[in-house]
Amino acid sequence: MRPADVAAHALGSLRGARLRAVLTLLAMAIGVAAVIVLTALGEGARRFVVGEFAALGTNLIIVLPGRAETVGTAPPLLGEIPRDLTLDDAIALARSPAIRRIAPLALGAAPVARGGLEREVMILGSTAEMLELQHLELRSGKFLPPTAPDVPSPVAVLGATVADELFGGESPLGQWIRVGERRFRVVGVLASRGRSIGFDLHDVVVVPVASAQALFNSFSLFRVGVEATSRESIPRAVRAIRETIRRRHDGEDDVTVITQDAVLSTFDTILRALTLAVGGIAAISLIVAGVLVMNVMLVSVAERTDEIGLLKALGAPPRQILALFLAEAAALALAGALVGVVVGELGARAIERAYPLLPVRPPAWAVPAAVATALGAGLLFGILPARRAARLDPLRALTHDR
Amino acid sequence: MIRLDALSRVFLAGGQAVHALREATLAIERGDFVAVVGPSGSGKSTLLHLLGLLDRPTSGSYRLGGQDVGRLGEPAQARLRREKIGFVFQSFHLVPRMTAAQNVELPLVLAGTPPAERRRRVAAALDSFRLTERAGHRPGELSGGQRQRVAIARSTILGPELLLADEPTGNLDRETGLEVLALLERLWRDGLTLVVVTHNSEIAERAARRIRMLDGRIVADERRDESGAPR
Repeated sequence: MRPADVAAHALGSLRGARLRAVLTLLAMAIGVAAVIVLTALGEGARRFVVGEFAALGTNLIIVLPGRAETVGTAPPLLGEIPRDLTLDDAIALARSPAIRRIAPLALGAAPVARGGLEREVMILGSTAEMLELQHLELRSGKFLPPTAPDVPSPVAVLGATVADELFGGESPLGQWIRVGERRFRVVGVLASRGRSIGFDLHDVVVVPVASAQALFNSFSLFRVGVEATSRESIPRAVRAIRETIRRRHDGEDDVTVITQDAVLSTFDTILRALTLAVGGIAAISLIVAGVLVMNVMLVSVAERTDEIGLLKALGAPPRQILALFLAEAAALALAGALVGVVVGELGARAIERAYPLLPVRPPAWAVPAAVATALGAGLLFGILPARRAARLDPLRALTHDR
Repeated sequence: MIRLDALSRVFLAGGQAVHALREATLAIERGDFVAVVGPSGSGKSTLLHLLGLLDRPTSGSYRLGGQDVGRLGEPAQARLRREKIGFVFQSFHLVPRMTAAQNVELPLVLAGTPPAERRRRVAAALDSFRLTERAGHRPGELSGGQRQRVAIARSTILGPELLLADEPTGNLDRETGLEVLALLERLWRDGLTLVVVTHNSEIAERAARRIRMLDGRIVADERRDESGAPR
């Protein structure tokens, strides 16, 4: 029998039981659409998170004071008090050839005032390097001037919200503001895009790190951002950081070093696993649809005993009958899968339109995997009815109604 | 062409053995027209099913064209059914969702004949059985006689040597039955070997040979003499 005729015969029999076929097809389509939409959501979340992290900087390493570890020898209360991470430590780090630039960060909150307006905001103390290191953008003016990090200087860069709140529509450039007890001249305003690992950069004031330390009367840094010279030199940079700190902190590298890569790949792995998991859960509905295919096919075999007997009398060998019924199951599954792909893609696009921030796009593997699973389930569950048909006793099939 | 030697078929029904066919020994030559008659349950249908390889004998041998076919595997039997044997049933057994032309075409489709040749042969068969005008109609829209003509066209389209008919006129009125009978006779004259199970005395009268069955046994085997005089 020619393959085209097998297909035509299968489609012809499906047309014979239209409602049943359409309902099964619908179940298949829902399963496939669910796989596509859910994996698209998972993939969208992954791309979103990865994109946000990548925007933080390139080859970024973050050094935090203190070490996250469990010490077993001494009771915690008698354990060492971690040493502060100081500006000198940060400057020392910059000497490694594996490190391109560093940006120390001191953190505190202080009232910021201009004229009669006052606002409590986060004060970030850093250096000119921060702009490059964290991929910040300016709305107007310049960033902090590239002076020696340990020299205070009365200049400030405002976050977009702070600028708008204190100055309204006015340009803040060149104007003076009061931060705590000190006066700073505004040299720039940050663009409204921006987030920096945990801070909303809209509502901050950036001042030179030495000025911030004087403001808060503290020499400890909140963290040091380090940019390695290249992706490959990140491990060398991490080693250099640990060595430098150990040398400066009496043999203890009591800092926590986080590489952006590690964080990124962790998130990447977690979200990929999540996508796979939701895809897998959705795939269960395809198995259910497969069971429906089996049901439809069993009914079809029972209803068409007569026809099967006839085909046998006309000389169709069991393999041909098997092929005819499997083709029918495959046609059902495939048609359902194709409808599901269309519905799924449209669904993903609708969600993306509703939430433009989230790049809702099914991963490349999702569509072929969903279609293959649908087809596989259809064929697998089609085998039992098809074999039943192929094994039917022709005599019984032809005389069952008499 | 056909040699049956002590062919038996025993069914098990409710734990009891039913001897549907008891040691039938029979020879049918090429070009013969055999009517099988007898009361219900006498084993005539069983004989026909065995001849058509739709059933397997319990014992005995069945040789078709010199080959012992009774115990061949299912694919080999299917092949013989396709190439050598045609069936006509009392209840026509047309596929309801297919048109008359599609029903006639079905054996060619199963055999894998190319579409162009299929069209040619189906058109010729429809023409030969005066069905051209009904080609696009489904069985539900055809009369009984037309349905049986479609069924006969289908059973002969692959050019079988043996045509087996199980009560071909059983569901038809007398006049239509005679039409169908005339059709079968025409096929027989063209060289087909014809075996008809029937209650219809007119078929039985016109057959060249009449086999009477009773209780699973062949009890009479009469040949109409050459003159065509009544037996």
